[in-house]
Amino acid sequence: MEKIVRVMQGNEACAEGALKAGLGFFAGYPITPSSEIAEILSEKLPVNGGKFIQMEDEISAMGAVIGASLTGVKAMTATSGPGFSLKQENIGFACMAEIPCVIVNVQRGGPSTGTPTMPSQGDVMQARWGSHGDHPIITVVPNGVKETFYLTIKAFNLSEKYRNPVILLMDEIIGHVYEKVELTGLDEIRVINRKKPEVPPEKYLPYDASDSDIPPMANFGEGYRYHVTGLVHDETGFPTNNPEKIDKLIRRINSKITDNVDDITEVEEIYLDDAKIGIFSYGSTSRSAKRAVSTARENGIKVGLLRPKVIWPFPTRQVQELAGSVKCIIVPELNLGQIAHEVEWAVRDKVEIIKINRVDGEPIRPQEILDVIKRVA
Amino acid sequence: MAKTELRITGFGGQGVILSAYIIGKAASIFDNKYATMTQSFGPEARGSACSAQLIISEEKILYPYIIKPNIMIAMSQEGYEKYEATMKGEGILIYESNLVKPGKNRTKIKKYCIPSTKIAEDLGRRIIQNIVMLGFFTAVTGLIDYNAMKEAVKTSVPRGTEELNLKAFESGYEYFKKQKK
Repeated sequence: MEKIVRVMQGNEACAEGALKAGLGFFAGYPITPSSEIAEILSEKLPVNGGKFIQMEDEISAMGAVIGASLTGVKAMTATSGPGFSLKQENIGFACMAEIPCVIVNVQRGGPSTGTPTMPSQGDVMQARWGSHGDHPIITVVPNGVKETFYLTIKAFNLSEKYRNPVILLMDEIIGHVYEKVELTGLDEIRVINRKKPEVPPEKYLPYDASDSDIPPMANFGEGYRYHVTGLVHDETGFPTNNPEKIDKLIRRINSKITDNVDDITEVEEIYLDDAKIGIFSYGSTSRSAKRAVSTARENGIKVGLLRPKVIWPFPTRQVQELAGSVKCIIVPELNLGQIAHEVEWAVRDKVEIIKINRVDGEPIRPQEILDVIKRVA
Repeated sequence: MAKTELRITGFGGQGVILSAYIIGKAASIFDNKYATMTQSFGPEARGSACSAQLIISEEKILYPYIIKPNIMIAMSQEGYEKYEATMKGEGILIYESNLVKPGKNRTKIKKYCIPSTKIAEDLGRRIIQNIVMLGFFTAVTGLIDYNAMKEAVKTSVPRGTEELNLKAFESGYEYFKKQKK
């Protein structure tokens, strides 16, 4: 059985995961703390038969990724904070034109150039709503090096399956931390590829959703000629101003995600069975939460952790279930309460939401969470 | 040993991160322990104080940041001054004797020093200073198995430089052993 045992950092695991998922094209513009992803892929991707290109900026890099994906290859870019802002318009284009691709954002402190070498979770709402208009998005949030490998593969699989951009939202801690990683069962990893048309080119309608919410996608260069636009379009791919068709398209591209939340969502539950206090935590912060939970349990406090591996679409059902059995939910995060707000919305005053926030470039320590647990216990 | 927190500090370009990487690799791949390594550096790439933090533990590590280092290796004065206080007057301080002048204080910190840059220069290349330091660290602390460290050095340095780096490691190791005699 294929197996890798190595000391590696999250950015390296991301690059390795992308290769395993079948990455064929990377375009990017280096930026701390994501640069190692580009650095590693610049070396490894061409050897694996793929193409690597460093573009003049993040906007063009995102454009190149979209173009590459249209030819049938799996394409990715990696960036951080300011670069993620620049990519937003083209991410919206990919949502509208239903072009699979993976965008990695290794979060650093913002706004603007902020603190390039320090961790943050300040882009979690931007990952959802950074681009304009009602658009569908999937976002995965790993909390360790090993998980980054597997969630990168998941990101590609989801993007291919749903014909949609997927954001791999890391942070400086996960990107740069080195850990020993044992990757096993590598030859059994499931890789999903986009569905291709079964009709001949002259009968192909690129956005015909009569059989499925996710229309088959033809590769450019294989005889299928069609129009791709950011304008609202009908099943032919050409623009339309017909209200009925506009409504149909906008609802479909969103519902193909929202109707499949259970297929997309993935959560880890720790000690939730008898928990009286809940914690909702994601990404690097969830490591501190996990430590705080196990220390609190040693002291006999009934606390549990709900940790989403996919943050968008939001795991509303799981959060509501948690709210049904605990007296409060603690939400620690490296921002001023972005996901706490989403949790509050999901539970609608049923239980108290307690926020723990840091925006000073330092991680939340296990002790800070433990102090809050003890206070409310 | 349940858990050891270690900080290596120096200026960017001195091999601070690689040193921590090698110790972490020795511990987790060749010595059956768990290790995590994080790094702090400023927006500027070279020349400023940088620091790598390493946790070595018998069990899986969740929170990867150090709270109070048990061991600090200082390879520059700026790094020493920036991080000395985090030791809170306890532990082991290992430093480059020509680059760091520790302040006089009445703390319980045990101090060990080595002119690792000079030793590296005598071996022919100043760049292997950090590996000399790693040899010295291995001898001083006994924290990581000697052979595990050598294996980690050998598999982490650029190909073709293994012999020179192992010589550097030995020199640092022997420097302490001779001092003890």
